[in-house]
Amino acid sequence: MADLYGMINVPTILWIDEEGRIARPNDVAFGSNDFKEMTGIDSEAHLERLRAWVRGEGPAMTPAETRAAQTLPTAAEQEARAEFTLAWWLSQQGHTEDAEPHYVRAGELAPHDFTIRRGSMPIRGLDPMGDDFMKIVTEWSEAGNAFYRPIETPA
Amino acid sequence: MATTLTLLHDGRSDEITVADPARPAIPAGALEETLGWDLQPEGLCQGPMCIPVDQSALVREDGLDLGVLAGALQRPLVTDEKHTVASLGASHHERGDALASLDAPDFTLPDLDGNLHSLGDQRGKKVLLVAYASW
Repeated sequence: MADLYGMINVPTILWIDEEGRIARPNDVAFGSNDFKEMTGIDSEAHLERLRAWVRGEGPAMTPAETRAAQTLPTAAEQEARAEFTLAWWLSQQGHTEDAEPHYVRAGELAPHDFTIRRGSMPIRGLDPMGDDFMKIVTEWSEAGNAFYRPIETPA
Repeated sequence: MATTLTLLHDGRSDEITVADPARPAIPAGALEETLGWDLQPEGLCQGPMCIPVDQSALVREDGLDLGVLAGALQRPLVTDEKHTVASLGASHHERGDALASLDAPDFTLPDLDGNLHSLGDQRGKKVLLVAYASW
């Protein structure tokens, strides 16, 4: 799924219309405000737009807006996914130590891809909810990067 | 000495006999069944579409050079020689073109009871696709 849709973090949401067309590309949205204090993202703005679109009372994004808001996969991201696939296979075969350099390389190739960096933590014996995760998020944020990157919604 | 290489690709794995794990080659006869491409004089072909390829580099005595093949298909190839396993990723061009077309890529996933559902089954309905993780 992450590979097919170029997802690099969760939550990732997309709107898909009745014809199977992407009507809103990869975006960050939550179903509630339970984590608003932590994420800084208000769920209501997206939910209101979603309700209006489903009821036929509001627009989706136009194809041009959708294209402009898409971030398409890069060669480095796809190589990172290949490294991640290899590492995961090695882990599942019990080759934990030999998997590690491939996880590290995947993270170097796509440091913004938390489906890989965070998603690989449990199988590497790291805590995806605790200090190990906070360490990489802190490093990422202190380097001037946003952990969540919602698209700018047209008015 | 021939050995077995595990090739991870397209969500599946295939076992391939290779003569040199450091420079794996895929038997020419297994190309179409494994990767869906066929080697023709015009290049690597899939249906009416052909990709030019340097056949002098691709074709070896022991088969088709997997590194050259991956390069021609613009797919990343990473290997672990110790465990004779290789991972052939998807081309960023292929993924990008598919997404840029705005046709939502189809997929099939099981629900909690193991019943399979495809995105295509939802045609005619508006769909909110949510990817989340419990980690």
